[in-house]
Amino acid sequence: MTDTVRLPAPPVRRNNNKRWLAVLALVVAVAGFGLLTAGGIGENLVYYWGPSDVRNAGDQAVGATIRLGGQVAKGSIRQSAEGSLLEFSVTDGKAVVPVRSTGVPPQMFREDIGVVVEGTMTKDGVFECKRLMVSHGNEYRAPVDSETPDMEKLIKSTEGLKSSGD
Amino acid sequence: MGFLLVAVGVVLLLSGSWYGLFVSPQERYMGDVQRIMYVHVPTAWNALLLFTFAMGCALMSLWRGGWGWDAHHEALLEGAAVLSALLCVQGAIWARPTWGVWWDWDPRLTTTAVMFLALLGILALRSAVDDPEKRATWSAVATIIAFVDVPIVYFSVRWWNSLHQMQSSPETVSAPFIVPLRLNAFGVLALMGGLALLRARVAARRTARELGPALEPLPAGALVEAR
Repeated sequence: MTDTVRLPAPPVRRNNNKRWLAVLALVVAVAGFGLLTAGGIGENLVYYWGPSDVRNAGDQAVGATIRLGGQVAKGSIRQSAEGSLLEFSVTDGKAVVPVRSTGVPPQMFREDIGVVVEGTMTKDGVFECKRLMVSHGNEYRAPVDSETPDMEKLIKSTEGLKSSGD
Repeated sequence: MGFLLVAVGVVLLLSGSWYGLFVSPQERYMGDVQRIMYVHVPTAWNALLLFTFAMGCALMSLWRGGWGWDAHHEALLEGAAVLSALLCVQGAIWARPTWGVWWDWDPRLTTTAVMFLALLGILALRSAVDDPEKRATWSAVATIIAFVDVPIVYFSVRWWNSLHQMQSSPETVSAPFIVPLRLNAFGVLALMGGLALLRARVAARRTARELGPALEPLPAGALVEAR
């Protein structure tokens, strides 16, 4: 009621015979986890296809909205003079899929970096990208002393990405 | 203890953030953007950790009974929910300049969103049940089952291909980046742990009031008069 009322110590729960529930909940949790991990959901859940998967799918990939993930192939980046068209190839070391995209890519975009592109395969074997995402690795490195003119390297890595506007 | 932990957490977070912002060098490719890692990664670790502690309290609440476990269960659920929400927001802020998108339904992001929604669901369940005994029991069962998502969040980047990168390790992170990561990891742990202890006290008091001693029997005739 008022602030001066002293609260009683919390009473011990009378009915604490819930051990069977604890065991039951644990069983359900472990069973659910087992189903998820051993039940093959791992194989059925695919976030993106690799270039080999897309190649193997053949005509099935044409027209279907899919995600293609892999590495940007070395020397494959080309940007049109107007800066609106961006072409590059995605590879997994075995297969290569050429990708056509529009717009300015994220700053991290460069050769050898991971990308996930969303879109569809066209009949001419080019992946038409609607959404370009850069996927970076788990490495975080401080610039080494020998790389002091680091900016030069950074600028170089973005060559070909600059739109003619800037 | 609670206040002490909060103070320790604030000091650690301030020093870790200072180190991360002003002492650690820029990352080679990401530049300053990478510094959000110093809050994002500690937030992620502690969200999973607090959920794990909450699961432990839920188990003990069922196994041993006792309102202390229930109070700490409630507090830790809230802490984990706050950290999960922060985690998603920080991740989006980091993703926009690096990945190029705020969000995508990749396995790591999706399972993390599920974790946040599960925590909200359990908290909603708790607030919807008036009987403390039932509230403690039902929410403990819900927490134990929802906890399944925690290892899935952790392993999602290994089990499935994803946009999110794999866990980093000291081998993949330069030394000057590790100091602020560790300081802030313990900082978030101390801060949220301290807040959870204080929040558990509030929860225990509310439960005590709910269970409170039966009211004095009304004097004869009181009910008639009230009519």
